[in-house]
Amino acid sequence: MTDVTIQIDNPMEIPFRRNGFIRFLNVFLGRKVVVFGAAIILALIVAAIFAPIISPYDPYSQNLSESLQPPSRAHLLGTDRFGRDVLSRIIYGTRVSLLVGIVSVGSAAFIGMTLGLIAGYFGRFINTLIMRFIDALMAIPPIMLALAIASALGGGLWNVIISLGISLIPTQARLMHGQVLTVKQADYITAGEVIGASDWRIMIKHVFPNCLPPLIVLITLNLGVAILAESALSFLGVGIRPPGAAWGSMVNDGYQYLLSNPILSFAPGFAIMLVVLAFNIVGDGLRDALDPRLRGTI
Amino acid sequence: MAASHLLEVKNLTTEFRIGGSVIRAVDGISYYIDDGEIVGLVGESGCGKSASQLSVLQLIPMPPGNIVSGEAIFQGIDLLDFDPDGEQIRAVRGGKIGLIFQEPMTSLNPVLTIGRQIIETLVLHLHMDRQSARKRAVELIDLMGIPDAKQRIDNYPHQFSGGMRQRIMIAMAVSCNPNLLIADEPTTALDVTTQAQILEILRNMVKAFNTSLLIVTHNLGVVARYAQRIYVMYAGRIVESGTVKDIFDNPCHPYTLGLLKSVPRLDEPKGRKLVPIVGLPPNLGNMPGYCAFWPRCSKRSPACKKKPWPELRLISGQHYTACDYDFDKK
Amino acid sequence: MGTFILRRLIQTVVVLVLVSFFAYLLLYLIPGDPAVTMLGLEASKEQIEALRHELGLDRPMLFQYVNWFMNVVQGDFGKSLIYRENITDLILTRLPITFHLGLVSLFLSTLISIPAGVISAVKRGGLLDSVITVSANLGMAIPLFWLGILGVYLFSLKLGWLPVQGYTSPFSDFWMSTKQIIMPSICLSVVPLASLARQTRSSMLEVIRQDYIRTARSKGLKQRTIITGHALKNAIIPVVTLLGIQMRNLVGGSVLIETVFNIPGIGRLMVRGVFEKDFLIVQGCIVMVALVVALANLLVDISYGYFDPRIRHEE
Repeated sequence: MTDVTIQIDNPMEIPFRRNGFIRFLNVFLGRKVVVFGAAIILALIVAAIFAPIISPYDPYSQNLSESLQPPSRAHLLGTDRFGRDVLSRIIYGTRVSLLVGIVSVGSAAFIGMTLGLIAGYFGRFINTLIMRFIDALMAIPPIMLALAIASALGGGLWNVIISLGISLIPTQARLMHGQVLTVKQADYITAGEVIGASDWRIMIKHVFPNCLPPLIVLITLNLGVAILAESALSFLGVGIRPPGAAWGSMVNDGYQYLLSNPILSFAPGFAIMLVVLAFNIVGDGLRDALDPRLRGTI
Repeated sequence: MAASHLLEVKNLTTEFRIGGSVIRAVDGISYYIDDGEIVGLVGESGCGKSASQLSVLQLIPMPPGNIVSGEAIFQGIDLLDFDPDGEQIRAVRGGKIGLIFQEPMTSLNPVLTIGRQIIETLVLHLHMDRQSARKRAVELIDLMGIPDAKQRIDNYPHQFSGGMRQRIMIAMAVSCNPNLLIADEPTTALDVTTQAQILEILRNMVKAFNTSLLIVTHNLGVVARYAQRIYVMYAGRIVESGTVKDIFDNPCHPYTLGLLKSVPRLDEPKGRKLVPIVGLPPNLGNMPGYCAFWPRCSKRSPACKKKPWPELRLISGQHYTACDYDFDKK
Repeated sequence: MGTFILRRLIQTVVVLVLVSFFAYLLLYLIPGDPAVTMLGLEASKEQIEALRHELGLDRPMLFQYVNWFMNVVQGDFGKSLIYRENITDLILTRLPITFHLGLVSLFLSTLISIPAGVISAVKRGGLLDSVITVSANLGMAIPLFWLGILGVYLFSLKLGWLPVQGYTSPFSDFWMSTKQIIMPSICLSVVPLASLARQTRSSMLEVIRQDYIRTARSKGLKQRTIITGHALKNAIIPVVTLLGIQMRNLVGGSVLIETVFNIPGIGRLMVRGVFEKDFLIVQGCIVMVALVVALANLLVDISYGYFDPRIRHEE
């Protein structure tokens, strides 16, 4: 039975093929909650850059006569045991969170994606070697890995960044690896090989860009993960050293005054949650806008 | 028209609301099927054939789907009056009307044995106990020509080929002795030899179980061989209907004519050229006020654009067309 | 299926050997002389030399690693400097406590997340879906230690329903033990709970659109039968995968939760080791935790066969 009638895609889909970028913006900014998340991230960046201008007080200046004050008009979130203004310290804390987040995720993404790309593209022995190492890193809970590395290195801001960076490599490498394996199958890659383009050229020019969308999403989500992990390390006491202002250590400092001054722990913890939530929401929004099929895979 | 059709659909209209625009997938269609009849519903992909069949059993996803108006009188009762998840319509689904879908590869649940999927229907509609249902399921699978039915019943769908899976779908659809079988593109996803086998099985089942069969397809060849009557659908409407002889010997709608010219036939001279229908099906979300086939029509005239899409008009006997062009004159 | 399990088993062993290598490398991350760092500045020259010898810092690294690894395989992680005890014993006395905490959390998170995800998917767009989705998003973002502190503040300090902190074995005082473990387990279950609920929801939504669900509806099955009998069995497969991944978070979170609630588990031991610069404890904890996580993952992978017949029949 020959079938010569015209086969065409479901015509119901036709009106929705619009320009890709406009579609992206429409979906991305179409949901109020995503706009809310993006606004929080923007506020975070502004607070970090202009912390000295926004903060009502110097976050480091101690004033023991004003220690452990409840929230008041002068100190909106009260003062800690050294009489430092909590609100100012939270504002300065954005710098630590953002710096740790961006640098650790950025370097983890760079190293992880490179490893994933090399492993996925070349396959065989290199693949096994790299991916087994990644598996081993994956077997250690990230917070424990970061804790161990940070403590061995001796704590402090940059050691936290290094340890978080290493802990975040596996997810980036894994995803990149999976993406490369998928993209490699595509016809245009085979075509490139047939016309004799070099391995590196194919990898950088063709494979890499096609792997990007889910990785962008993962990077956004990992920013939240890194900020959360940094706060956990600071809470445990291996983060940045006093008197530096980090949200996690503020929560810990306030823990002993929980009954009398709960706001000392509550406020910085809430800030952590809000910022991580914002990155998660924006990450989800990006995923839906870039490629709805990724839902449930990242 | 006699009042005692098995299923009579009147003025069925179904819309889908997708991304802010409303798409009228089924636009006021009417058709009927009698006891023991095989009827074909023919049209291109996306013309609303499947949507109309799913609407009759209220199986379209709602939302975004919405059955705007119409009746589907089955054995004297309007199926569209029932609550879409209620007990009454569920008794009809699978019990009195069996459905067979296009994609045998994905239409069976991959994590349940095929036996379980057949047995649960028998238990549900025929109130059999597990043991007799199992026995019956083995018989049905055997009847479909699947060897080793006794062992195969405990296999999972991925252990069968596409053709075999479609046989299992048919076994499931006929398991409760339905009055009507609706086969939605039952052979489209299969290779040519398997297609013929499946159609043969379908026809045998119609005889063995004394049911009617509505076969939805884009393939005129299929209906020519098996159906008694044909409805041709275009852009959500029925544009021509009649007996197989009416449609093949005296097509009265340019679309039907185009379909016939694009299909090879055995009873015609060897040298005849196949002529595809030019252009694309219309965008159902943005229909013109006039005949939707106009942009692709070989017999169009400026006058067609000035009047609404013609209603079906009687040619002779049971033969209707939705075109004002007079084929006999020219 | 048999070869599948065997392959996973070999993979697990390889991963664990590599983990032990990473754990061993920790010593070499320490800037300066690890022996000085671990003993402190006031230690005598003889003490430092002795420790250097014990750690094998006076011999080639790879040689010493093999040496250390052989001991680890026989269950010997060395002696703790602070506790003056065998690290293996230290870990083995604390592991059951972390297991208790982890298992209660695992139970809570699976028990709640799967029904929540299913309801959310079935009632998509409704009020209940919004509540569940928002809670799940909050659960992914909330700092565990902060949640613990909120819980202590509300239920222990303000309402006085639960003890502030501590741990009692369920075999000595079951009621007290349960009262003490409930808050930490709830806190620890939040991350797995939230992500499992999200995964259940999205894979359920994916499954509901599948052709075989339409087939099930066309057979006249009840909505409830379709959801529990047909859809969930498919939707659960990716959830099980995620469960394996969440094991890491469960164990990792114990570091924080055990600190907040002062529970003497393996997480607390590791934190102690970190602060006392007792890196042999840290090494031991990492290897043991990786072992537990890897075994849990192996179990999860083997259980795939139960959930997915396509894997069961793979040769």
